[in-house]
This record gives sequence, C-alpha cells and structure tokens, in this order.
Amino acid sequence: MLRLEKRPVPSKVWTIATPLLAVIATMVAGGILFAILGKDPVEAIRIIFWDPLFSEQFASYSRPQLLVKAGPLILIAIGLSFGFRAGIWNIGAEGQYIIGAITGAAVGLAFYPAGGWYIFPLMVVAGAFGGWLWAMIPAILRTKFNTNEILVSLLLVYVAEHIMSAMSFGLLRNPEGHGFPGSRNFRDYDVAANPELISGTGMHWGVVAAFIAVIFAYVVMTRHIMGYQITLAGQSPRAARFGGVNPNRLVVLCFAISGVLAGLAGMFEVTGPAGQITTDFNQGYGFTAIIVAFLGRLHPVGILLAGLLMALTYIGGDLAQLMLSLPKPAIQAFQGMLLFFLLAFDMLTNFRIRLAKSEAA
Amino acid sequence: MDLSTINPVLLIASLMVAATPIMLAAIGELVVEKAGVLNLGVEGMMIIGAICGFAIAVETGSPLLGFIAAAAAGAVLSLLFAFLTQILLANQVASGLALTLFGLGLSALIGQSYAGIKPPPTPKIDIPLLSDIPVLGPILFGHDLMVYFAIFLIAAVWAVLKYTRLGLILRAVGENHDAAHALGYKVVRIRILAIMFGGACAGLGGAYLSLIRVPQWTEGMTAGAGWIALAIVVFASWKPWRVMLGAYLFGGVTVLQFNLQAAGVNIPVQYLSMSPYLITILVLVIMSSSKARSAMNAPAALGRIFHATH
Repeated sequence: MLRLEKRPVPSKVWTIATPLLAVIATMVAGGILFAILGKDPVEAIRIIFWDPLFSEQFASYSRPQLLVKAGPLILIAIGLSFGFRAGIWNIGAEGQYIIGAITGAAVGLAFYPAGGWYIFPLMVVAGAFGGWLWAMIPAILRTKFNTNEILVSLLLVYVAEHIMSAMSFGLLRNPEGHGFPGSRNFRDYDVAANPELISGTGMHWGVVAAFIAVIFAYVVMTRHIMGYQITLAGQSPRAARFGGVNPNRLVVLCFAISGVLAGLAGMFEVTGPAGQITTDFNQGYGFTAIIVAFLGRLHPVGILLAGLLMALTYIGGDLAQLMLSLPKPAIQAFQGMLLFFLLAFDMLTNFRIRLAKSEAA
Repeated sequence: MDLSTINPVLLIASLMVAATPIMLAAIGELVVEKAGVLNLGVEGMMIIGAICGFAIAVETGSPLLGFIAAAAAGAVLSLLFAFLTQILLANQVASGLALTLFGLGLSALIGQSYAGIKPPPTPKIDIPLLSDIPVLGPILFGHDLMVYFAIFLIAAVWAVLKYTRLGLILRAVGENHDAAHALGYKVVRIRILAIMFGGACAGLGGAYLSLIRVPQWTEGMTAGAGWIALAIVVFASWKPWRVMLGAYLFGGVTVLQFNLQAAGVNIPVQYLSMSPYLITILVLVIMSSSKARSAMNAPAALGRIFHATH
C-alpha cells in the first residue's frame, strides 16, 4: 500500500520538475485525444509545438505571434500570481481585461480625430484605471461585507461581457461603420494605436509592459517586505496576522495589482492585435492566464516561460486547425488538461511517496 | 412598451422551468460542501452534462436516456476532481477551476456536430383535470418530470441530512474531518461519493438546459449557471429549502428580464441580460454581510485538505 508523507519543506527539485513533467504528460494525453479525433498524434504534437517556431514555411509568420499572444498572458498572470500566493483568488481577470480595454479605447476614441503625443499615454492610464476599478468591486465587497471574492470576481466577467456587447452596439460603435457593431479600428488612428515596434518581432507596448511587470514582480517578491507579507499570508494566515499583516489591506492590494495589469493587457490588446472593440474581441486570455500563473509556479520567471509555452499552444492550435483541420476547442481542452496534470504532479513537491508497512502502527 | 403583455401565470410557470437547472446543480453542490469540499467545477460539469445528455438523447431518441447519460458524465468528470483533491491532496480552488476550463473545452469538442439540431421533445405531464384548473393548473401541474424531480431532490437531501445516520456522518465529515476520522469514518471515501453526487446533479442540470429549457446545443450555453448555483448555496446558508428559494428568485429575475425585453422596455438588451448576475452578486453581499448567519452555518472544514497521518 502506498502512502503519502508530508515533506518538511517543499522539494526544490520537484518544484522545477513538475511543470516539465506536466507538459510531457499533457503531450501524451493530448496525443491520445488527437488520435481519438482521427489525427496522427505525432504529427499533431509536432505541428503544435515545433512547426510554429522552426518550420521554414510557417515560422516567419508565427514566430512574431509568439510575443503577441504571450504578452497579455504574462501580464495578466503576473498580476494574478500576487493574489494566488496569498490565497486571494481573483479569477475574474477576464472581466478586468475587458473593462480595461473598453475604458482605454473610450478615452482614445473621445479624442478622435485629434492628434497629440499625450493621447496614447492617457489611454494607458485609462486602461489601468478601468481594470483597477473592476477589480475593486470584489475586493471591497470582500473586505467590507465578507463576500466571497471568487464568486463575485467571476460573475463580474459575465457583466463585463454584456457591457462589451452594449458598447460595440451603442456608445462606442463606429459612426462610419455602416451600422455594423464594433468601434473604430485603431489601425486607422495612428496616435492611439499600439503598433508593432520592431518589424517582424511581434513586439508591441503590451509586450514591453509584460517584461517590465516580470522584473517588477521579481523585485517585489524577493526583495520587498510586501512580497514577504504575501508569501507569509499564503503559507500561514495566522502567523501573518500576528506578524502585523493587515489581511484586508492585502486583499485590496492584490486585487489592485492584478486589476491594473489585466486592464493594461486589455488596453494594449484592443489598440494593437485586436484593433477594435467588438462583441468578442476578448480571447479568453484572462482564464488562460490562470493556467499560466500555476504552470509558472507563481514565480515571475516561471510565468514568463509558461506564458511563452501557452502562447505556443495557441499558435500551434491555429496551425493544426489549418493543416489537420483539428477542431479549435481541442486546444482549449488541451490547455485544461495541462492544469490537471500540473495539479496532480504537484503532489510530488509537497509529499514523499512511501511504501507503508502494515506492521507500523 | 406594454407591460400588460406580461402574463403573471405564465411568468410563474416559466420561472419554475428557468430555476430548475440551477436548483439541480445547487442542491448537488450543497451536499458536496456539507461534506467539507468546495468544488468550483460546477460550470464544467454542467456543460459536460448538457452536451452528453444532448448527444445521447439525439442518438437514441430518448430524453430519459439523455438525462441518465448526463448524470453519469457529470459524475465521471467530478471523479477527476475527487482524485486530484482527495487522493493527491491538490488545492480545491485550482482543481475546480481546472475542471471548469477543461469541461468547457471538451464539451465544445464533443458538441461540434450537434449544433443546430433539435433534441427529441420531453413530454410534459398533463394530468387531465388538475392542469385545467385556472391559475394553479399551469403553475403546479403543467411541467415536465424534471421540474418535480428537482423539488423531490431538495426534499430528499433535506430529509437525509436532517433525519438519517448517513446525513449525520456526512455533516460530521464536513464539520470536523479529524474527529470523523478518529471515530472510524472513511473521510475520503465519503467525500468522493459526495463529490460524485454533486457531479451527477450538475450533469442533470446541464442536460435540462440543452434538452428542455433552450432546447438546443450551443457552445458555452451554461453561461455562468454553474457559478450562480455556487452562489445560491452561499445564499441558502447551506440549507436545502433555501436553495429552492434562491433558485426560484434567480429564475424569476431571468424570466422577468426576458419578458421586459419582449415587451420592448427602453433599455438596451445587454443591460437587461446582465441583471441576473448583478442580482446574484447583490444577494451574495446581503447574505454574507450579516456575519452571524452565513459564517456560522458554513461547514467548518469547507475547503480544507484532509491528510490522515495514521
């Protein structure tokens, strides 16, 4: 009979090994899934993980896409990692991302067609503010009324989606769009657009923000008292209270960070890769970022790598759709599987597996 | 706008239909939480139930078989969660989220060839004399079997939790798993069974959406119903009859906003459509702010990991 024995401290080796193991296990299980769908599993895995980067035919198009997709994922996941470490669950980043995109875009469109260097920075501020505002709703309800932040933040995603739809049909609809829903396209409004900065790399301001966020998070987590307090509150809430950590302040702070970063991600996405507010410009990055945060072990550098890997599955998934007519939802199930395997293998980090002797009592 | 087009009798009758999927999912989750486990995967199990029930009903032509398949599919998916949280001792919040993300993807994958098909109709019970009674007839006696089954389930869960040994053991496990373990109860086994019950109920709720309420399959059709079910358990302070009240309240808001849309109220459709979510949040706030009531009634071991050291 196998039994689990708790490790005194989490294993360092397994902390790094489990995400790798989870990725391999997901490839195997995903291969089985693709085989059931009647596709060649080896070819499908190669198309998803290898071809977007190294195939001569596709790499020139798909390599820049890697940063385009990874940028928002990393930005949002870095924000979420603060709260997740402290046991504060903001799972509504998708909503904050949408609202940030709307407020950012709204400020930009309010200036149309004026020019000026100050417009884009103002939009950045507005996007951050929108995300922050949307995140403050669950945070304040939690601290003032003790309402479950998981449920409120998630329910607000649906509210945000309806607002997004209302905006593209109403307030932000392109007056020259022949009645079609959706705002003006930012590609036609230079001072408010978020273009590719270096041609052929996919680098835009959102990617720059993501890299800055990684460095910022690394410094805060390892060098600042706040990072210490967050880790402490997550590992032992009681000890944290005795140590003078104000739990309510921590809730507001963690929600504020994740809201601001998610709002920024939305703003950069809508002015850049997406181009305009439509009824479905959001790509579900807010939910995938949850997987990215866990896959990256809530560590900034881990999240950077995990974000790139998840971006690869998006691009590879699109490619497999094209080449093998692999259904689009298959890749979503594939991403969900990754989180399952990760949580399953995580056991190895915190426990030792021992053969229990029956006489030991 | 013409509010007189809203017929109160039809409103109440359709409210009961709108409430049923959430009632089914919520009463299942109540049992899970009473056993001390927080399964945030309700949305994922519901949508898997919705597509599996739909697919089986279409293939076999029998809605009954569809509902059975949906319950089985929900229970099987919940076993994944049970394995992660009870055997491998993974974090329950993260595992539940994983279940939802995976369920949404998998259901879309299964459902690809089922979009735009009509499912076989589920017969309504039409008791000759009773359903002809004015007002009360259509409200009480004109529904399909699942509406009554959901109410029966509420009563059954209430009775089992309150009056039986099984209910007592379940509550003991949820209140203090160490004490229950010391008494010799199999904490993990009981929790796994509770999780499977919750999964089966969520699956039924999902199938009710795709087979009767809508009735059609569309991607992501649960649209947050699973999350609302979770909120209703909190609203109900973990009491079965209040789950029914909460579900009817939610059903009422949903149906009313549909009726207002149809009556042509001068508010953009999107703002009406978001009202059920907003009201759910509002109700959550009201319930949780009166600390004494909700905090005291939550199962004490809710969400805590049980690891028997010997």
